[in-house]
Amino acid sequence: MSELKHYFAPTSLDQAVERLKNGDVTILAGGTDLTPQSQVGRIKFKQTLMNIRHVPQLSGITREGTEIRIGALATITEIMEHPLIREHLPILVEACDHFASDQIRNAGTIGGNICNASPAGDMLIPLLVMDACVELASMPEAKLYSHCMPLSTFFVGPGKTRKSLCELVTGVRIPVPGPDHVAHFYKHGTRPALDISTISIGIAGTRKDGALTNVRVAFGAVAPTPVRAAQTEKALEGRRLDAAAIEDVATIARDEVKPIDDVRATAWYRKEMIHNMTKRMLTHVAQA
Amino acid sequence: MSPKHDIEFTLNGVKRRATVDITMNALDMLREVIGLTGTKYGCGEGECGACTIQVDGVSLNSCLMFAVDCDGRSVTTIEGLANDGRGDALRDAFVEHGAVQCGFCTPGMMMQADHLLHKHEHPDEGCVKRGLEGNLCRCTGYKKIVDAVLACGAAEVAP
Repeated sequence: MSELKHYFAPTSLDQAVERLKNGDVTILAGGTDLTPQSQVGRIKFKQTLMNIRHVPQLSGITREGTEIRIGALATITEIMEHPLIREHLPILVEACDHFASDQIRNAGTIGGNICNASPAGDMLIPLLVMDACVELASMPEAKLYSHCMPLSTFFVGPGKTRKSLCELVTGVRIPVPGPDHVAHFYKHGTRPALDISTISIGIAGTRKDGALTNVRVAFGAVAPTPVRAAQTEKALEGRRLDAAAIEDVATIARDEVKPIDDVRATAWYRKEMIHNMTKRMLTHVAQA
Repeated sequence: MSPKHDIEFTLNGVKRRATVDITMNALDMLREVIGLTGTKYGCGEGECGACTIQVDGVSLNSCLMFAVDCDGRSVTTIEGLANDGRGDALRDAFVEHGAVQCGFCTPGMMMQADHLLHKHEHPDEGCVKRGLEGNLCRCTGYKKIVDAVLACGAAEVAP
């Protein structure tokens, strides 16, 4: 492991991505995770610390055709307050509202939350059920290359993603949902503020004749990564939301997740919470 | 020893230069390099809010910020807050309501309260509690602190 030698604050995307070519770079965005984790030695600095704050292409929240693009540097507060998000993606507002504290929301970025790849990352569950794609930039030759990867394939383990060391997350793209779309997020912790989720749940779909179609279900803090729940989605797809169906789906959800025991909760408790809260969320959807 | 970097920023309205270790956090810079000790170290991981400062108009935990990231930005600490009208009003409200016990959380509480009052001119109790949820008071004197911030917000309504 090389030792930290340089600080670099690029002012354009080309500069930033070019510097990533040799991969020996630690990227700094909001710093809310990098600061404490580097200080206790959980993250070792690479040769260069690169502060991407001054790269203009990484900021802003915009509508681009049928998608909303959130720049990687958008803070949780900016997302929570932005009119486009409030109008089209209220599930993100719900998640932002339960995110850490005001001070951390003002500094922490969506790109950082994605790249940290915590199994309990608060923004990741709603992004998963909204079919978000991660925008990645690199410079394999002399030219900037950008592509998108579905968030559902992005995470490979705690703190591990499919982003290569030469790539920079520049933003996240979310399709604008249709008029009958519903999406809800629930986070369970011991207190509202500054708590790491014991479990979290995202449910989304298009409401049609008392059922949800095109269903997306995702769970946080029950696996090494945030996960989509294929069996739960299948059980829920197109099914009329009566009490029996809801109980059935909640039971499938409980059996599908494979959580562990840790300081925040036992595996048993997490499974029970997944069952009970999935049931409650679906009951709310049915009654709305 | 990590390498050093020169930065230039506005601190409490005055241009400042500093030479800092690349890995140093903003709290250590304020206290150890610049010598402003009003901003407190509590937990070092963003749980307690004792180190709250404002950067470019928003409140954040200075222990979770790299000092080099202050470069080119505008930083306000409790020492700077003491020089403006809202700072005076908040201090008076804290004194009047007995919102200071041991005093260690007070600078962070006031910086966060100032940001809260900037965003919500006349907050209700729920809003104040939500706004201050990232600040811990180990004396547990929350009621008096919330009352002080509410009084300050209400006073700003009066002509």
